[in-house]
Amino acid sequence: MSADLPRADELGLIGCHVCGLVCRDTGAEHAHCPRCHSSLHRRKTASYSRTWALLIAAFIFYIPANVLPIMRTASVGDIDDNTILSGVIELWVKGSPDLAVIVFTASIMVPVLKFLALVTLLWSSHRASPWARRQRSKLYRLVELIGYWSMLDVFVVALLTALVQFGVLSLVEPLPGVVFFGLTVVLTMFASMSFDPRLIWDGRESDD
Amino acid sequence: MTDQQTPSGGALPEPIVRKPRVNASFVWLIPVLAALVGLSLVINAWIKAGPTITISFQSAEGLDPGKTPVKYKNVVIGRVTSVTLSKDRSHVTAKVSLEKSAEGFATADTRFWVVRPRIGLGGVSGIDTLLSGAFIGADVGESKETRDEFTGLEEPPAVTHGAPGKTFKLHTDDLGSLDIGSPVYYRRIQVGRVVTYQLDKDGKGVSLQIFIDGPNDEFVTKSTRFWNASGVDVSIGADGVKLDTQSLATVLAGGVAFGSPMGPHDETPADQGAEYRLFGDQATAMAPPDGEPKYIRMRFDQSLRGLKVDAPVEFLGIPFGRVVSINLDFDEKTQTFPVVVGAVVYPQRLGRAHDKLVALARERGDDAQLSQMMGKLIEHGLRAQARSGNLLTGQLYIALDFVPKAPKVAYDPAQKPLEIPTVPGSFDRLQEQLAEIVDKIQKIPFDSIGKNVDATLAELNRTLKQVNGDVLPEFKNTLQGAQQTLGNANNALSADSPLQQNLGGTMQELQRTARSLRVLTDYLGSHPDALLRGRRADAPPPRAEPPAATQEGSKP
Repeated sequence: MSADLPRADELGLIGCHVCGLVCRDTGAEHAHCPRCHSSLHRRKTASYSRTWALLIAAFIFYIPANVLPIMRTASVGDIDDNTILSGVIELWVKGSPDLAVIVFTASIMVPVLKFLALVTLLWSSHRASPWARRQRSKLYRLVELIGYWSMLDVFVVALLTALVQFGVLSLVEPLPGVVFFGLTVVLTMFASMSFDPRLIWDGRESDD
Repeated sequence: MTDQQTPSGGALPEPIVRKPRVNASFVWLIPVLAALVGLSLVINAWIKAGPTITISFQSAEGLDPGKTPVKYKNVVIGRVTSVTLSKDRSHVTAKVSLEKSAEGFATADTRFWVVRPRIGLGGVSGIDTLLSGAFIGADVGESKETRDEFTGLEEPPAVTHGAPGKTFKLHTDDLGSLDIGSPVYYRRIQVGRVVTYQLDKDGKGVSLQIFIDGPNDEFVTKSTRFWNASGVDVSIGADGVKLDTQSLATVLAGGVAFGSPMGPHDETPADQGAEYRLFGDQATAMAPPDGEPKYIRMRFDQSLRGLKVDAPVEFLGIPFGRVVSINLDFDEKTQTFPVVVGAVVYPQRLGRAHDKLVALARERGDDAQLSQMMGKLIEHGLRAQARSGNLLTGQLYIALDFVPKAPKVAYDPAQKPLEIPTVPGSFDRLQEQLAEIVDKIQKIPFDSIGKNVDATLAELNRTLKQVNGDVLPEFKNTLQGAQQTLGNANNALSADSPLQQNLGGTMQELQRTARSLRVLTDYLGSHPDALLRGRRADAPPPRAEPPAATQEGSKP
């Protein structure tokens, strides 16, 4: 891509996020699209603070999500409460290392990496760092893409709870941990949504 | 990036302006809320977290860190967090975090034990743990003193705190086959169990603690008797053989039974912790109360083969006590070995007789001591005697009986222990008499008698030979001669013999002679002159002559 292309901002233009209508940037606050009446903004409103807030909330929920048990499996009287990590360990010990790796990736690695990625994006964009802008954009797209795949654990619990209900013989119950895990995933998704990737390209200096 | 060309400002639509509804800074409410939720979780966990205690067990069998719950009345009050081996490797230490609500369990007298499936003779317990896995059972006491280190019990306690029922104490000589958890039966229904047992401090007996579950504990009254139901009781009576046992389990594992004696008795329920004696069997348990045991001593100058410790002592046939010791003594004066028999007697077993004797003794001003009473009785001939209780086995028992014409003995009532004079046993007297008879028989000179008889018999033999050889043939000849003679005589005397006929003829002739003689005499009577003149001419015949007159003249 050519580096010296002008930005819409510099041309006094503003695009609608919903219908794609390009309007003139009048500089007025609380502008709305004349066609679809969705709000218009040059950059997502309070993107940094929103993303930070949601990210922090997600991080706070991530702690109980890992500490509290997410699932109770009871088979013939043997009640077993599992947290995410203990589930992974159990899978690994009981001879399904492949499954253990999948669960570990989806439930522990991905959220952590998401946190790290978003923090990196926020931090670097805030400092208007010109460093690896294109890669950061890719990272953002990746974060957006894998967002909902982190719900794997929640899906597993929901499915098992629905399927395994044999009374005394076998029983699966969701425990509070899974709620916090779901909240973490949802909040990280919101966080990545509220981050405006255009901020990556906003720099004090011109584009590299 | 869309269009390369710069669009003209006028051609583009103007955005419309509206008032915003939400301020962006409200988004910070979300992390605040999250923080609040997180904080509430932390506070909740902190509030819920109870004390952490450590319990040591012999083995960690069934203990699973993070899983094994601690239960009280089947409610989870905590969980094992870790299980470690002790430093000296003698036991394991389980760390248990109790819930806040279970704070009261970290007190001094709380007991913990691992509930595992147990199969014993007394029954099966903890079968549910087969499926659910072992758990730690807890039983809280009443202590207020807090503690965080416990030693786990290896066996579940037989009684939990607060269970309805009462504890009683039993005393016995030995434990027998009883054990912790052995059943206690009332009318063959299990109503309790043995809780603990320990040796008495003096080592002379065993104390058992039993627990009777409510509401059956009220059947334990002040007059209740306990007995060991461990054995099989076989009794042969008039109604056949009777086998008596509480249950098969008690035969193997032991048990205690209790009941009230027949007849009027105290029905007041016993107090918690009341003490009782544990009898060996039902019969002794149901016997009248023994009262205070007394020790007596007897000195026998005879062999007491067949007398055993525990042999009964009877007073006029009533069980009075039992033999507790049999010892040999040496008497220097007579150079004999008397046997000293010690016995424990229960004067109260005499029942009314005892009461009356005591009353009499009191009246006389004596103290009611056994020795005083015995003194009087001994004066009247009370003696101890070893008698044979069983002719087959030769077992002896001691009988206290009144022996008529017993020789007077010196009696010292102050002597301790009380010594009862003895007389030789009836069996021994019988033996003595038999011996005397044997002695007398022995004195008979069987040898010389035998010799004499032998000689006599030889003589007789000789005589008989002589008789046989000489006398008998002669005798035979004589007899033959006699037979001939008799035959002749027979012939001579037979009806058709000439002698007989001659005799008949002779007799007739004689008759005829006699008749003519009478005629002559009659004629001469009436005609005496005929003697001189001779017979006259025939006169006319007489008119009627009585024939009888003629007959009379037939006698010679």
